[in-house]
Amino acid sequence: MKLEGKKTLWKEYQKEIASDNYFYARSCIRQNFFPASETTFLRVLREELGKTIHEDARHTTCTGIVYHSDLVTIETTMTVIARQFSLMTQSGYLNYVASCITSFGLYTEILDMWEHFPEMEQKAREMLWKATKREFEKPKSLAHASDIIYKFRNEIAAKSKYKLINLNTGQPLKVVEHIGCHYSKMFPHKGIGGAEYPYVLVGMIEAFGGEVVDYPERRHCCGFGFRQYIVKANRGFSIASSRKKFESMTPYKPDFILTNCPGCPYFLDRWQYAISEMEGITYGENGHGIPVLTYEELTGIVLGYNPWDLGLQTHQVAVEPLLDKIGIPYDLSQKYLGSDGEFIGKPEKPSVLKVY
Amino acid sequence: MKHVLVIGGGVAGMEASVRLSQMGYAVSIVEQSDKLGGKLNRWHSLSPDNSNASDLLGKLKSQIHQGIHKHLNTEVLSVIKNKLHFVVGLSDGTDLKTDAILVSTGFDVFDAQKKEEYGYGIYDNVITSADLEQIFRDEDELKTTSGTAPKRIGIIHCVGSRDEKAGHTYCSQVCCITAVKQAIEIKEHLPDSEVFCFYMDLRMFGRKFEDIYRDAQVKHGIQFIRGRLSEAFENPDGSVMLKAEDTLLGKPLKMNVDKVILMVGMIASAKTKKIKELLNLQIEDDGFYSIADTHYESTKSSVPGIFVAGACTGPKTIENTINDARAAAIQISEYLKQ
Repeated sequence: MKLEGKKTLWKEYQKEIASDNYFYARSCIRQNFFPASETTFLRVLREELGKTIHEDARHTTCTGIVYHSDLVTIETTMTVIARQFSLMTQSGYLNYVASCITSFGLYTEILDMWEHFPEMEQKAREMLWKATKREFEKPKSLAHASDIIYKFRNEIAAKSKYKLINLNTGQPLKVVEHIGCHYSKMFPHKGIGGAEYPYVLVGMIEAFGGEVVDYPERRHCCGFGFRQYIVKANRGFSIASSRKKFESMTPYKPDFILTNCPGCPYFLDRWQYAISEMEGITYGENGHGIPVLTYEELTGIVLGYNPWDLGLQTHQVAVEPLLDKIGIPYDLSQKYLGSDGEFIGKPEKPSVLKVY
Repeated sequence: MKHVLVIGGGVAGMEASVRLSQMGYAVSIVEQSDKLGGKLNRWHSLSPDNSNASDLLGKLKSQIHQGIHKHLNTEVLSVIKNKLHFVVGLSDGTDLKTDAILVSTGFDVFDAQKKEEYGYGIYDNVITSADLEQIFRDEDELKTTSGTAPKRIGIIHCVGSRDEKAGHTYCSQVCCITAVKQAIEIKEHLPDSEVFCFYMDLRMFGRKFEDIYRDAQVKHGIQFIRGRLSEAFENPDGSVMLKAEDTLLGKPLKMNVDKVILMVGMIASAKTKKIKELLNLQIEDDGFYSIADTHYESTKSSVPGIFVAGACTGPKTIENTINDARAAAIQISEYLKQ
């Protein structure tokens, strides 16, 4: 594979990313799936990078999941999004940052639609006014939160306590990356690196000292795909998709999987457990799975944050083997204690997948 | 003696120059590269008779006599039209006074890197039809990058043609027959190999094209799969995984091949766009020059005294390009006699 060819393409897919003063919209589901990721993002921006980032507790879902499940009309979706923008406007910000890939894709889609069909924007303004007496300005800059970490990857790397280097071999860790579909597949020029060879996560991995491994089913669905999972009868497609990816990446012996979408890390993490129970197969080393990280978790890891503050104990696939490789200390006795020191419960051990 | 300036020294430009010279006109050719012949310089053999491209090139060149003035490595910098003539400034310092201009700026080969999902320029074993011609022309063997003879070869039709995403909705005409020609050539070089052609439609419009297509299947065992490639990916061993839908079977298909050949189409040349500005010519949505009348005046441009021939007015076979050049010579002669 020729890296130069990819670099040529990457140059074509760059975008302006605001450098400060962000309005942050959280995801509906990430706080349940990977509860510390968004908190870590805010911590990195405020404490490490000294940026101003604001969030408003009144913001709601973007309607992404129901929109892509054909349960709401476009009018409903764009009015809800108009309300999100009005919260941003009311707060005095213009740089909108979405935590969720689907939200980012949906905001991009709505803004693009308004550009091509100004009457729809007018309709959204009228409906928002009728419903809430609110008005809004469109964002001057729209970014996904991973774009922000990408933008400051070198500054973060300069502050990092750990590199993505295998302590035992001295070699860079091998990392496979998986981009959420709605990041750039609909609008390739809105994503760093485009849709076919996205660079946003690759750039982070490179900056943090790792080595990216491309594999044949990289572009294949993670297994979420909305209807594949939300419609219960389709869940076989969901786990089959994830399995196809694991089978494809395993020969490259990746040390971990990096993601930037709410659904991808969840399904790539949890289905490894399900496959191990169903088929007795594990994809990592020595009976473990392949750890799956969000980009915020990775950022926290290289910055030396306590792994349990990053929520790594909520992963199905044990992350400890990866921490061992990098040389990050952790206290197993603290693993299942909450931030207030109270025991939060310990999951049962899987029958096949090896965990700590 | 009246003078005609020919812009572009490919097949159309050379043939028209010879014909115009034979009619008694003074002719100058301006060619931006260091030699005449255009894309033919890089081609090995031609459909449908598998004749040697060098032979045709030699024949065309042999007729370019001393009386036809050649400006190689030269570009047109300016054009001023007065009542009777065009005054053309060339990059070699020449100012030419000419009575008519023939534009034969040809085509560019579609940049296969724009079909990002096919991996040209990224995956080691993905090449284009133009690359394969170069390999055959240089008398090299078709090999994988690890130096072995490929056992399975995938040929992908319509790369950059009939493709809205690529920005080219038209058919490039020559790719289907070129794919069949190249598939047969591969089988002749590598008899034990398996060759698969992925196509949308097979447009075998020319004389004998259909016969060659039949021979490809019956005599050479080449397999034709009706299905457009959705994506390609490189396997750990350097082979390429192809994903497509077999639309005759109605099933998705995944196949590993050792080499992929992308049948790149024709697009309007960069020079066409540049000359358009200088001569105030019109181009159509597909990027090629407009012509005065599709059926009757296919070599006449929208500007009096300026004519167009060859692939600068749309994809063409060499046969049609040569006929176009001769038609242009006649039309220019009629114009100059007015």
